[in-house]
Amino acid sequence: MTASTATSEAAATTTAEHAAAEIAAQFKGQSKDDTLRDYLAMLRIRRFEESAARAYTRGKISGFLHLYIGQEAIAVATKQAIAAHDRVVSAYRTHGFALALGSDIKACAAELFGKAAGLVGGMGGSMHFFDKAHQLWGGYAIVGNHIPVATGHAFASKYTGDGAVTLVFMGDGAVGIGPVHEGMTLAGVWKLPIVFVVENNQYSMGTPLKRSVPVEDITARAAGYGFHSDRFHVTSVHETRARIAAAVDRARADNQPSLLELITYRFRGHSMSDPAKYRQKEEVDTWRLQDPLERTLLALQQLHGLDEATLEQHDAKIIAEVDAAYEFAEATPQPPPEARFENILVGE
Amino acid sequence: MAILQIRQAIRDAMKEEMLRDERVFLMGEEVGHYNGAYKASEGLLEQFGARRVIDTPIVETGFAGVGIGAAMCGLRPIIEFMTFNFSAVAFDQILNNAAKIRHMTHGQFGVPIVFRGPNAAAHMLGSTHSQAFEPFYAHIPGLKVVAVATPYDAKGLLKSAIRDDNPVVFLEAELMYSVKGEVPDEEYTIPIGKADIKREGKHVTLITWGQAVPISLKTAELAAKEGIEVEVIDLRTLRPLDTDAILASVMKTNRAVVLFHGWPYGGVGCEVIARIQELAFDHLDAPVLRECYEDVPFPYAENLEHLCLPTPEKGLAAVKKVLYKR
Repeated sequence: MTASTATSEAAATTTAEHAAAEIAAQFKGQSKDDTLRDYLAMLRIRRFEESAARAYTRGKISGFLHLYIGQEAIAVATKQAIAAHDRVVSAYRTHGFALALGSDIKACAAELFGKAAGLVGGMGGSMHFFDKAHQLWGGYAIVGNHIPVATGHAFASKYTGDGAVTLVFMGDGAVGIGPVHEGMTLAGVWKLPIVFVVENNQYSMGTPLKRSVPVEDITARAAGYGFHSDRFHVTSVHETRARIAAAVDRARADNQPSLLELITYRFRGHSMSDPAKYRQKEEVDTWRLQDPLERTLLALQQLHGLDEATLEQHDAKIIAEVDAAYEFAEATPQPPPEARFENILVGE
Repeated sequence: MAILQIRQAIRDAMKEEMLRDERVFLMGEEVGHYNGAYKASEGLLEQFGARRVIDTPIVETGFAGVGIGAAMCGLRPIIEFMTFNFSAVAFDQILNNAAKIRHMTHGQFGVPIVFRGPNAAAHMLGSTHSQAFEPFYAHIPGLKVVAVATPYDAKGLLKSAIRDDNPVVFLEAELMYSVKGEVPDEEYTIPIGKADIKREGKHVTLITWGQAVPISLKTAELAAKEGIEVEVIDLRTLRPLDTDAILASVMKTNRAVVLFHGWPYGGVGCEVIARIQELAFDHLDAPVLRECYEDVPFPYAENLEHLCLPTPEKGLAAVKKVLYKR
């Protein structure tokens, strides 16, 4: 052994020890059951998305398909942070929200395949998931144009006193477009029960954040609207839940809007047609260390002693559920021809 | 029967519907404390309070979207655009959200909303404030589009629009808010989708709507002096179009002119003519003509603006042309 290898081995040990200590600190106080629950909820979304990617490659899914891989913790945390009558409004990277909120996984897969049994009858596809019964209020794909609409939901809550909070999600690429500013302006002027959440996954399609926003801290804008703000790296479900829940509480109790910036990463391209050549492997590897799914897995292994066999069993169960959903999606019929005339106007 | 201005008929329609239905509210720029840029909401803030008569900052995309989001929650917003020229900056909200949400959610959500305000050219407002928006909105499946020209129609159709479960674009006209007419004292509504024969005649059908209705009626008066009986059909609704009413008249007169405020290219006039030639071709004794704006951005200069506008004299010329009269 040379002196230099000894040094680097020592450094590696220190790094591994450091990482283990970091995981231990982060997940301290989290029960095994809760940690496993969060892990499986995230894993279920990831497996669904991986299957979507495969189905797309096989030509079973068309159009635009935006995957949530890397961002799953946000949807899972959101579900845990909200009350049964709150509303979740999202953009076009929405599968994770639908699954986390309790939408039928078969209906989700069938929607991707453009089938009658899909979440919206095959009318929307990947970009327009809506499931009112499970608090999912969109499903919007013109960047930023759902922000005033979500503000309108919050306006309705204040008008009717229904006590609901609206949580509206957007990407970092949305923050420059006009409707975002207008919706936030009205929410601030009228003090509405709403939480604006920027899922900052570092890229506006292929353009990195530093080339698309003048100030990289997006929450710097909160002051101009009179919002509370919070900004953090998403590395676990439980921390994300706590910080979203604080904003939800402010909205519900005091009609105080918030702007949250959740720093995250998508491990796939913007959509399936994007090979993501604009970033280096090193960058992706660095972010992998932050991946909430990976970190929660480490916590289960290191702190709760879950063995490979047990983890495999859980994974197999999820894969079976996801496979069944995609088999259903493939087998179930397309909408009948007359369906194209439905739901355009009512009362005709 | 009361004699009201169109602005009063609109205000009364909103007032009555707000009294009738707690879910109805009015939102827009200057609708409250200022009592409306054209005084169509005069007194409503005082009567209903700031919860239901809501002043907004100058954010058309913002408040159009808020109206849509509130409608999805079961409320019934009336969104006032100070003029429809400003609806251009909210166009995406109307095109992609109001018109499509019922469809793209497979009927999980509806958008019962009214977008209303003055449309088309007024007087010397220049190119950005003199535009007729009905072609843009009538083009879109999922919307209804109404244009009114009398106090009676304004009140009856606005009440129907507010009660409609679909998004309705309701077009008024700045220069017509003071037009007076009889309005019944008792409750009434006018169904959306029904044209109205404003004057009967047997020689030429003049199809019109909105601000062009009085021009068409004057055209008919001028024509009558020359022994020509013009039938004036006020469409009142541009989507859905009352094709039956158009055809019934054209099959009687065998000649038609479409007279409207708006550009010729790709407009509602084209749609009317397309339907006539498709469904009544054998009944026509002359090509169907349009009399409308000239195909230019509007100039400010009074003389130039006047040249761009449809007039009774131009209407008469078109009527005589389809009769092959000099």
